[in-house]
Amino acid sequence: MAAASRSIEELSGVLSETCGNYIVDSARERGDLIITVLPKDISAVLHACKQNPQLGFNLLVDITAVDWMDQRKERFEVVYQLLSIPNRSRLTIKVPVSEDSPEVASATSLWSGASFLEREVWDMFGIRFSGHPDLRRILMYEEFVGHPLRKDYPVQGKQPRIPLRGPEVENTARRMIRPDLVTIRPRVAASDASGGTGVLKR
Amino acid sequence: MNQGKLLEVDFGIGGITTQARPREMGDDLHSESMIVNLGPAHPATHGTIRIVAEISGEKILDADVDVGYLHRGFEKMCETVDYNQVMPYTDRLNYVSPIINNFGWCLTIEKLLEIEAPKRAQYIRVILSEISRVCDHLTCLGASAMELGAFTVMLYMMEARELLWDLLEEVTGARLTVSFGRVGGVKEDLTEGFGARMAGAFKQVREHLVNCDRLLTRNRIFIERMCDIAILTAEEATSFSLTGPMLRGSGVNYDVRKAFPYSSYDEFDFEVPLGSKGDNYDRFLVRFHEMEQSLRICEQAIARLPEGPIIVDDPHIALVPKDEVYNSIDGMINHFELVMYGVKPPKGSVYNAVEGGNGELGYYVVSDGSGKPYRAHVRAPSFIHMGSMRKMLLGANISDLIPTFGMINMIGGECDR
Repeated sequence: MAAASRSIEELSGVLSETCGNYIVDSARERGDLIITVLPKDISAVLHACKQNPQLGFNLLVDITAVDWMDQRKERFEVVYQLLSIPNRSRLTIKVPVSEDSPEVASATSLWSGASFLEREVWDMFGIRFSGHPDLRRILMYEEFVGHPLRKDYPVQGKQPRIPLRGPEVENTARRMIRPDLVTIRPRVAASDASGGTGVLKR
Repeated sequence: MNQGKLLEVDFGIGGITTQARPREMGDDLHSESMIVNLGPAHPATHGTIRIVAEISGEKILDADVDVGYLHRGFEKMCETVDYNQVMPYTDRLNYVSPIINNFGWCLTIEKLLEIEAPKRAQYIRVILSEISRVCDHLTCLGASAMELGAFTVMLYMMEARELLWDLLEEVTGARLTVSFGRVGGVKEDLTEGFGARMAGAFKQVREHLVNCDRLLTRNRIFIERMCDIAILTAEEATSFSLTGPMLRGSGVNYDVRKAFPYSSYDEFDFEVPLGSKGDNYDRFLVRFHEMEQSLRICEQAIARLPEGPIIVDDPHIALVPKDEVYNSIDGMINHFELVMYGVKPPKGSVYNAVEGGNGELGYYVVSDGSGKPYRAHVRAPSFIHMGSMRKMLLGANISDLIPTFGMINMIGGECDR
């Protein structure tokens, strides 16, 4: 059994000591500690959270984003969830991101697992992560237009089907040279010539 | 380094000694690499996933893991329905252990509402979650064993899963799409005589597990396909944000049930199995031993099952009993309000995690005070585990791809959402 989980007061104190000048806002909500950090400082804060042994947030649990549309000054909010396994404590970091330059520094140099999470946020919200080695769409396909989890993307939004991609997936059966389709001549029944009935004519 | 240095090889034919140049990596007959595309529809990728592997001979030089073929827009859909209506969607996340998803969602909304389910509901949640977890592990291990040729094991494990699914069906009324969770409690109480039937089923499940253990754990073919493959050290595993059996296979002691106990998990005595090396075999062992621990938790919970209500007594959160709806004006109004407008949590955002079959299953929910979530996000363990797949595959043989993928236990619904 690990040591008792660290209290929020203690964690809050250590945080304000180590990276207090970066923290714009700190709130306690339903037993969780949530700090707000500006996009320019997020690298430094994440670095401190991971490398400082007093904080020891060794696991990046999650990265996601929220689209606030017109409700806030900065449209987007990137949300990091950190976990310290030795201290048994969690931390939520929120980063307001503007619509004009939706860009945050990537955390891939600190946690390899950030790669997939950041690709998802880019795919769903169109927020770029500078320094990410391979920022491609992940759940949607490359030809998809827009970012589906933005609030201005319609729920029932439909996009045209895309053509088959690349020569290796081309259906080569379509290019097969085939002889002309066999024509089936209408069957002429013997009784037809003699004026019989009940035979289908084509 | 030894380029140009000739080896003396005695072929033993009439004492003739010939000389051969040592082969460097890539200095083979076919020296250029080859691209192999696996999936998205492949019998061994249970789930739609595509892996584009660059191979040289049998060695994987690089691999691109392409997920998203089962993307249904779960998070977008959640924004259009009320909190209890999300429940059927969560069934379809990890569809091997849907009950854990249900309860994870319930617990998140309960945290948002700052309420707690009654004790009996918590115990029922624990029992059903742990049965689900065993089903999840049985599916994972059975399918992986089958892919390595141990078909009998798969059949035994499906048999065991069937026994457990019968229990779940008895309580929830469904096998797969259970929708059993409710914000504030559970849908129904356990059935009459459930404990006795559970004990009977567990006895048979244990027999099957003993058989599977005999067939698999010391099986030479199985060991050679699993041992020392796809090794992740503890540092690498935490760096890739792995959780659940993947992380514990690498020897990191982290289980949400122990670290942040929810639903009275702190009242049960169970152990967290840990691996030592972090290879596929460790992940197999961790899952195998977790099943026994889950059965133990179920037995403790059913023995100490408290009496009482199964859902909170708050007409703004849980539906009022039917006789009140039909016979009193208050009950009627409450019922109408809840059905039409749903549960209305106060403004705020919350992250809550439970221990799913594959790892930490977290929900991040933002409420704007209305009946529908403003934003709902799932931290799906499968998705994050797929991020570590490339690292595990580099340098491995192409034949190692399937057991590695099997031990990740990617569930398409959860991974792609």
